[in-house]
Amino acid sequence: MSITELPKALADQSKVPSSTETKSSSTTNACRMCMPLGACLAYVGFEGTVPFLHGSQGCATYIRRYLISHFSEPMDIASSSVGEAATVFGGEENLRVGVANVSRVYKPLMIGLASTCLTETIGEDVPGMITRIKDPETGLRAETGQATPELVFAPTPSFAGTHADGYHAAVTAVVKELAEVGEETESVNLFPGIVSTADLRHLSEIVAGYGLPHALIPDYSERLDGVTVARYEKLPGGGTTATAVAGAGHALASITLGGMVTPGVDLAGEVLQEQFGVEHLRMPLPIGIRLVDTFTDRLTELSGQPMPHWLDAERGRLVDAYIDGHKYAADRTAIVYGDEDLVVGVTAFLSEIGIKTLLVASGGRSGQLTTEIAKLTPARAADIEVLDDGDFHEIEARAAELKPDLLIGHSKGYATSRRLGIPLIRVGLPIHDRVGAQRLRHLGYRGTQDLFDRVINTLIQVRQDESAVGYAYM
Amino acid sequence: MKKPEEMPALPVKALAAIDLEAVGALDLSCPDPGLAMPMGSPEPNQLVRNLVQNYPPRLLRKRSRHIKVNDPIEVPKIEANSRTSPGIITQRGCCYAGCKGVVLGPITDIVHIVHGPVGCSYYAWMTRRNQADVPEGDQNFLNYAFTTDMTENEIIFGGEKKLAKAIQEAYDLFHPKAIAVFSTCPVGLIGDDVHAVARQMKAELGINIFGFSCEGYKGVSQSAGHHIANNGLFTNVVGTEELPPELKVNPWRVNLLGEYNIGGDAFEMERILARCGIQLVSTFSGNAQYSELARSADANLNLVQCHRSINYMAEMMESKFGIPWMKVNFIGAQATAKAMRKIARYFGDPELIARVEVVIAQELAEVEPVRNAIRARTNGRPVMLYVGGSRAHHYQSLFADLGMPVVAAGYEFAHRDDYEGSVVLDSITIDADSRAIEELTIGPDPERFAPRKTEAEIAELEAGGLKMATYEGMMPEMTKGSVVVDDISHAELEQLIEAYKPALVCSGIKDKYVIEKMGIPCKQLHNYDYGGPYAGFKGAINFYTEIDRMVNAQVWRLVTPPWAAKKPA
Repeated sequence: MSITELPKALADQSKVPSSTETKSSSTTNACRMCMPLGACLAYVGFEGTVPFLHGSQGCATYIRRYLISHFSEPMDIASSSVGEAATVFGGEENLRVGVANVSRVYKPLMIGLASTCLTETIGEDVPGMITRIKDPETGLRAETGQATPELVFAPTPSFAGTHADGYHAAVTAVVKELAEVGEETESVNLFPGIVSTADLRHLSEIVAGYGLPHALIPDYSERLDGVTVARYEKLPGGGTTATAVAGAGHALASITLGGMVTPGVDLAGEVLQEQFGVEHLRMPLPIGIRLVDTFTDRLTELSGQPMPHWLDAERGRLVDAYIDGHKYAADRTAIVYGDEDLVVGVTAFLSEIGIKTLLVASGGRSGQLTTEIAKLTPARAADIEVLDDGDFHEIEARAAELKPDLLIGHSKGYATSRRLGIPLIRVGLPIHDRVGAQRLRHLGYRGTQDLFDRVINTLIQVRQDESAVGYAYM
Repeated sequence: MKKPEEMPALPVKALAAIDLEAVGALDLSCPDPGLAMPMGSPEPNQLVRNLVQNYPPRLLRKRSRHIKVNDPIEVPKIEANSRTSPGIITQRGCCYAGCKGVVLGPITDIVHIVHGPVGCSYYAWMTRRNQADVPEGDQNFLNYAFTTDMTENEIIFGGEKKLAKAIQEAYDLFHPKAIAVFSTCPVGLIGDDVHAVARQMKAELGINIFGFSCEGYKGVSQSAGHHIANNGLFTNVVGTEELPPELKVNPWRVNLLGEYNIGGDAFEMERILARCGIQLVSTFSGNAQYSELARSADANLNLVQCHRSINYMAEMMESKFGIPWMKVNFIGAQATAKAMRKIARYFGDPELIARVEVVIAQELAEVEPVRNAIRARTNGRPVMLYVGGSRAHHYQSLFADLGMPVVAAGYEFAHRDDYEGSVVLDSITIDADSRAIEELTIGPDPERFAPRKTEAEIAELEAGGLKMATYEGMMPEMTKGSVVVDDISHAELEQLIEAYKPALVCSGIKDKYVIEKMGIPCKQLHNYDYGGPYAGFKGAINFYTEIDRMVNAQVWRLVTPPWAAKKPA
């Protein structure tokens, strides 16, 4: 692909509406990461897959160190280590040698390839290279005598989108490559989006509770929240299997949670609907009682089963907790920032417990944020500022003005929180200044319960610390 | 703390008691030999063959040149600073990381604008733990990440206009003393001329603005970025300002090169220098401000800590201004004492020599009891180090203090001289990747060149056992039979851990959890696991305590459950 024939993702960018009228030329303290990071994260959620970035090795190194510091787990990302000469003569040899080396040392089932700014700018034709690697006469197998793993490719230049876009581009690439037609099954495809490993496990538990066979695509809950055992595995187990992805092509239905992407990025669920006729429904991340109800209603529809007792009990306990805690939350205010999917869910949740969200901010560029927020909080839509394609310079300026009681978002808001003296509740990715990011729950009644307790306890703590007497009963 | 306002008082009696002749007789030039390999270590030659046996033939041959069994006397030739094989999962980063992330990034009052798509700026945003104690009221941009956030529009039509606007915006917002611009991969490819934009904006705004062509694909690792950063700093900043006369009174004026103040290391070095009465003009670039670097040409000696990242600067400053340089190592209590003695001997002033001895004695009196208590629990336990371009060497001094032998070590992005010593510099083959990085030819400055020592004086110092403008490599200071691996891959690291079962591995976050999943504690020597400082005397105490805590932690005993342990193997 040369830069004159840009993919859809790039071509539609200029149409993204910006909420701020005088957009600055620079970004100060960004509120989004790059596409290859999202792609690597998604690839790790497929069984036996090694993510592989075609480009300068710095991209793989930076992204590894970033994801590792969030998950506290090993994260191997290979690179074709493209150097200066290859920028002139092309990086095909680097890619081919890299694939051969990864195949030999890691023996993966699949290599998840993604491009970078470098290789997209020089117009590398990665699909063509893959065809040549797979060629029975001249390909790698003929050259090395070794089987070549499955190779998938997602174009992910950082200049074209966000980490969320890269994540979905990779999921879609895998689904396009592996999904098969077949007789319709009872299975449900669940596309969870970028959520914590604890969330992934909980989602599986909820769907299984309805007796529904399902494929969580992708599922990095085991690989990025692994156990310590006596013997270390280079390529840890876990992840969505190729068989499960093949079955996605003839599943009963697909559900995409979130899925707010830059216009032009295809969602896997959409592709399955268009190419395989699998019914697709997109819904917000199930955070807060109403959004979890929407999700569980859908599961009842699909399974014909009522809500399992244990889940119903969790819902009941959550309502009980809302009642117990509502006096602390009422009329408090918050600024929510981070991935678009997450901020939408969190804002909907906050509106249920009486906390007024003053500003919803994201570095995302889907252009849907304002509409989504308005849909979920119609009563307050006019009072909630929405900042998309934003950065922390803008968020902090608004925070200084709006003086909220809480900031809710990832670790990058810490500096703002510290400067303005506003407590920060950490959610989402990246969290690299606390332990346990992988164990944080946000989804389902249970995840909402955790979130609720953290929010209320933070508010209580502030009141307690401010109290002159030092009350111990709050 | 940074620059002593007045000479700190030291006990007169202690100063008078120093035997200057004995101090003068100390040999400060010999390499410190590493501790011998522990009994029962695996046979190294077979181990080295095993390390590469799974590779395809071409990779096997290439990797074999990077892996050597050490001999400190007949140092074997090791290949380094050559291109990483694609797909082996290296620890290495890119040219941009070396330039912006390592060398320039720590300077507190420069606005660093990353010209490129969003990721590069994001990932270098406070990722290295450079610290700074910026004076009240002075500017500090350490926790900012500025980027032009290029989108496809700039990739197609060019990003120079957006860069110029970003510079203007940064200027309007902050009015900084200087702005530096860093190029990421697409910039060079689409032909943006960051230097032209920098020049134009410099003329327009009247502050120093300069660019770096540090695109990620240049060179073979972050090392290329260090070199580009050195060139740019030297050309655009060093010597552009003069020290005011009141700061030129103390003749013991030094720059500290290649110290980035991770975890507060530079604070400790500043403290020790200040106690001895030595004036620190500037640090490249930990806890540094722009003007300090601009005035650095007025120092009388350059001290080089991390030679890998900064030796270019030391040599260029000697050629242009006549400032001699020497290698120092402030990592390890004994190493710090040696570094301070070298500085004192260079200046040759009996007052300074005595002051340094008194400070060393006082500081070691605090270090030794801690070291002795901990050494009882660490002695003889093997260590491996895979990190950086000089740290894997420097930290061996701290482990020697603790009696822990280094059985295997290597660098991420070092060159042959970092392994074998500066003696091999002339025999290093320049390949295409290195040739692509500009080598500046520097002559004496017609007005400012002033040799701080005559050739005869330097010769006399060297005859007395003080080596100038040279450094020891890691291998002459490692024991015979230890294994040295350059640009180690994950797979190789795992095999070495299996073979040596070390008590501790020092590495970075990319390997940390792999190592710990194998049941071995991992000390991060890039960001110190959020600890530090580890430099100097107080840093040594911190490090000993930290290592004791790690290698003797209870948690490692819980990895294998009791029912599994009971089963026959």
